[in-house]
Amino acid sequence: MTTGRLLAVFVTAATVALIVVGTLWPIQSAVAMAGSGADLLSSSSSAQAAVENLAAEIGRQDWEKAYSSLANKNEFTEPEFVRDLTGNYPSLRTYATLDSSDLRPLHASADEAQIQLKLRWSTVVGTFLDTRTLKVVRTDDRSDHWAVVWPIVKEPRVPPQVIPVNYLRWDVIYRGPGDDWGAQDVEAPRVRIIDMHPVDRSAGVVIMGELLNEDVVPAFVTVKATLLAKDGSVIASEDSFDKISHVLLPKQVTPFLIAFHDVALSQVDSVHMNPSATLIAASADPVIEIEDQHLNPAPGASFTGKLINESGQVVNVAHVLGTFYGKDGQLVWVADQYVDRALLPETPVSFAMSIPADIASKVGSERAITATYSSGRFQ
Amino acid sequence: MKRRFTFSLGVLVLAAMPLAFAQSGSLHLPKTVEAGSAFSIQSTGSGKAVLYIVGPGQVLRRSVQLGEAVSFASGDLHNAGHYLTVLVSDSSTEDGSFDVTAAHEPAALSFLAKPSRIAVDSRDGISGVVYVFDAFQNLVLTPTHVSFQLSGVAGSAQTRTVLTRNGVAWTKMNSAAKEGSGQFVAQVGTATGTRVIQQVPGDPCGLRISVQPSGQRLAVQTDPVRDCSGNVVPDGTIVTFTETYNGSESTVDAPLKQGVARAEMPAYNGAKISVATGVVLGNEIRWGRE
Repeated sequence: MTTGRLLAVFVTAATVALIVVGTLWPIQSAVAMAGSGADLLSSSSSAQAAVENLAAEIGRQDWEKAYSSLANKNEFTEPEFVRDLTGNYPSLRTYATLDSSDLRPLHASADEAQIQLKLRWSTVVGTFLDTRTLKVVRTDDRSDHWAVVWPIVKEPRVPPQVIPVNYLRWDVIYRGPGDDWGAQDVEAPRVRIIDMHPVDRSAGVVIMGELLNEDVVPAFVTVKATLLAKDGSVIASEDSFDKISHVLLPKQVTPFLIAFHDVALSQVDSVHMNPSATLIAASADPVIEIEDQHLNPAPGASFTGKLINESGQVVNVAHVLGTFYGKDGQLVWVADQYVDRALLPETPVSFAMSIPADIASKVGSERAITATYSSGRFQ
Repeated sequence: MKRRFTFSLGVLVLAAMPLAFAQSGSLHLPKTVEAGSAFSIQSTGSGKAVLYIVGPGQVLRRSVQLGEAVSFASGDLHNAGHYLTVLVSDSSTEDGSFDVTAAHEPAALSFLAKPSRIAVDSRDGISGVVYVFDAFQNLVLTPTHVSFQLSGVAGSAQTRTVLTRNGVAWTKMNSAAKEGSGQFVAQVGTATGTRVIQQVPGDPCGLRISVQPSGQRLAVQTDPVRDCSGNVVPDGTIVTFTETYNGSESTVDAPLKQGVARAEMPAYNGAKISVATGVVLGNEIRWGRE
């Protein structure tokens, strides 16, 4: 009985102590979650503190406070500032939340500093990084208040116009419940794996390859791989998830990559590949040009380029898939990158996808494709 | 399921027969009866009895005056299969069996044709399978001639006549050289089944592009894209244009529209522009001079 009372007193005291500690010295993420002002953290009494506060306000989507703290408010409006961060048109940015931020001082003097701010945004398809180099200035010589000069990036807007599009689309009528046994249904599209390579990486086995839609109709495709041991038992089974372009138009080729974590290639005797295709309604638009494709060597090996939407429709999310071939023409790697901004007609948007350094040195050529998603329409 | 239930029900009914009913009597059963046909069973003996006929999906009960024939009208027994008979009289119970076979005259067919869409010029690429049934949906097991005909595109129709084996006939046909919808017809007696086979163009053949300046850029377009049989490749087929210049590359995946794919690409003097679709490569053009 006494032991129980002692325990209750101890638990109560510990809870009170932790509440006091959490209130007086909150961690940054807790402050952001609680929606408290940045005042709890620090005032903008240094260049670094000013940037930290701005990042916290952006994280809380307290746009009004973030905008009012800027030194160059006269150069743009608050909605323009918000659109710079969340995009003019619905895109991955619009639905992203700030996961974390890092800052790196680049240069500092008595009245001015330059700080690199890395905003890591979290989306349903992973994170993307928004890096801004910020100028921070002392606002008053006599005070210790610093403010950020925000490098506004004004997204181009498409002027009102009519763009005629020769609209090409497939619609499908499937077999109905009243059809007799033996009556035909529409045939599933014929697809074929034209290339496949298992590779042993430090994180596990990676299966990559290319899939061709041989048919004259669009297909929704997936690829599933099953690793089999020498005794025929199944080691693991995975599918390509989003490392593939799921909608394949006639004669289109997509790369795919399937990762098996914590499996060594030496354990694998054979791989069973199972591509599947379903006939779907699809559109042949929009057409995306991928311009200025460059393979940048290590260190920081990457594949970069620019996407240009050649159609009249705004593309909300673009997914770029890169296929990398060795000097002998063999497939050596597959990488992908989501573009965080919407693709406006005839407006270039850059992309960059990183490539493992050991792979980059083997690459002889590459090929990129895009999968696009527009709101209110699949593909 | 239904048949099993009926059989079980019949067995239960028989098991519940009171022995007090028993009287002597017997039946002269036919060995086989054609499904749906009228027939009779001659009984011997005297007195009254009850005849039960238990078969797939069906149970019949008849009061019988022993020594007389029991008649069954056409359509009374219509499911093919093995039937069990039990004659229960006052003094005895006698059982027997006979078979009901499918009618000889085919009345219906089920026609499976695959695929519904095939590339032109595919040898033995179309398969047709026919199941022959009588008027009561019994599979007709006696060998029956089934004729298959694939027609409707260019050229003469392909015809095959196949004899069924165990009620099934099958054949293979070649797809035509010309694209279009083919009528695949199977016929047994007066019963016919029709399936539509869409014969579509094959891989593009002799893919070629031409390049024209278009303002600050280049307008690249293919010649009308056809397969090796001269059929126009359908719109929506993806054609990939690739421009390489000074270690940099630009690509456009453009769909065929009205038989031609078009794209605009950067204008670099000395750039190489090539074209491909699927696994088929086209020509390569060098723009301007280095």
